[in-house]
Amino acid sequence: MSQDIEASFIRRFSNGPQIQVEALRTSGPGSTTILFGASGSGKTTVLRCLAGLECPQEGSIRFGDEVWFEARGASLAPPQKRGVGFVPQDYALFPHLSVAHNIGYALNQVGHRERQARVRETMLWLGLEGLERRRPSELSGGQRQRTALARALIRRPRLLLLDEPLSALDGPTRLRLRGELRQLLKQLGIPTLLVTHERTEALALGDQLVVMDGGRIVQRGSVSEVFSRPANLAVAGIVAMETVQAGRVLESGDGLVTVAVGQSKLVSLSPELGVGTEVYVCIRAEDVILVKGVPARSSPRNCLSVAVKSLNAEGPVVRIELLGGFPLAAILTKQACEELALKEGDQVMALIKAPQVHLIPR
Amino acid sequence: MTHEDWQLIEFTARMAATSTLLVLPLGLALAWCLARGQWRGKVLLETVVMLPLVLPPVVTGLALLKLFGRRGLVGSWLHNVCGFDFIFTWRAVVLALAVMSLPLLVLAAKTAFEEVDRSFEQIARTLGAGEWRIFFTITLPLARRGVFGGTLLAFARALGEFGATIMVAGNIPGQTTTLSTAIYQYVQLGEDGHAWLLAGVSACVAFLAVLVASKYLVRQAKR
Repeated sequence: MSQDIEASFIRRFSNGPQIQVEALRTSGPGSTTILFGASGSGKTTVLRCLAGLECPQEGSIRFGDEVWFEARGASLAPPQKRGVGFVPQDYALFPHLSVAHNIGYALNQVGHRERQARVRETMLWLGLEGLERRRPSELSGGQRQRTALARALIRRPRLLLLDEPLSALDGPTRLRLRGELRQLLKQLGIPTLLVTHERTEALALGDQLVVMDGGRIVQRGSVSEVFSRPANLAVAGIVAMETVQAGRVLESGDGLVTVAVGQSKLVSLSPELGVGTEVYVCIRAEDVILVKGVPARSSPRNCLSVAVKSLNAEGPVVRIELLGGFPLAAILTKQACEELALKEGDQVMALIKAPQVHLIPR
Repeated sequence: MTHEDWQLIEFTARMAATSTLLVLPLGLALAWCLARGQWRGKVLLETVVMLPLVLPPVVTGLALLKLFGRRGLVGSWLHNVCGFDFIFTWRAVVLALAVMSLPLLVLAAKTAFEEVDRSFEQIARTLGAGEWRIFFTITLPLARRGVFGGTLLAFARALGEFGATIMVAGNIPGQTTTLSTAIYQYVQLGEDGHAWLLAGVSACVAFLAVLVASKYLVRQAKR
């Protein structure tokens, strides 16, 4: 039976900052909860408290029916007893041990033969075969990441904590490993808490999203929910992507991918994706152009007929909620809005260029 | 070189090795406590351990003489309970060498432990390793260069120690005389040639030790 983490705690630092977490939960076997936020927002501290490497001052941390930390009862489970797989941002592979010894480090209480068998099995599973005798310094970034994962997973942890698992990698490798990691997390069948500040990573890997800002949780919910409906301006600024909709690939070829979103079709400039692939379609509000009347001819690939649902002035700009085949957000300057004389209920055309429709496979 | 000279060299090396072996576990434990621990009295302990480094060796020797003498705090207890004396025996030689070389090892090992990234130890904890296992499989191997260097320094110091040794162990030929005290005595007796011979031996031993150490360190650095 898989269990979930339930944590509410406050971690104070002597030099001032304070990290406050309320009702942080993972959501069942195989699910990934993303801790999202800018650097310095306290995400890593939360992971370290859950792993038992740091001790909060108040609150409690529970895992299933176990109490890992309780401020009043002064109970604290040491990291050794928590059965957590923790992969820090820099992986912290033991530099003096070979890949095989790194991976097998957690298995010292297991007989030599079984240990070898399990190390071999895990290395095969993660595509690390042939690297047994290498030192971490002799590995590529992707191999290091998989070694760190293997080392954390060989003990069959009950909870996986990943701190920016892809940030140490270069661009192309990151893209490839993102897909691999998503598969792996689904296979594992344990709850995962993953820290990141990259929204593409959050969208690609996450089920639930917890947004942190200034040491506090500011919003939580399903990934598409939080991205398309930020609770406030602060969250919108952090996630910086106003339209996020689930879609499915209809056609793919010539560098263009057509996806069905709600009752609409959108064309995106994107690497080939198999027909039928489930994706998140992401559009920044500032990339949406609004036109009144039917444009004779226009360059953008996507012309959607939409209705204005609401207008909200936010300083010098106006945020506009639109409804066509799916909900869409746009941001215009006040002047542009006045020139178009937009009001609620108006029918307008929304133009979006194909490169500005971002697809993230999920 | 006479038979006695060889015996002298062998005795000195044996005393230095014994004291280094004694100092090693104690020194590593102290260094680890000083590098990792946070407790009251840490600064005080550190100062006491480092004292022989800054005091004149003769003063350290005098303190040991008072402490381990037959009427001293420790010495009387050892005489009455365990039935053996320290002062002016080979045991006193080892004691003097150990006390004089301990700070060198502690200093080097402490720095080496401090330089080990604690995230390695923390990860080992999440992987289920206890503190002893972490020390022997992570901290010590990662600090090995500093620890080895410190051990060598301690051994070299023990080989050449003079001031404290002559205070607590005296200079009894065939019993407590070491290379250093022998050289001093030959010069006193006007046997300069003999003194030079032993000085040469000392230099050779030191040279060899440094050579071995640097070879080892270079090989380690390349790994």
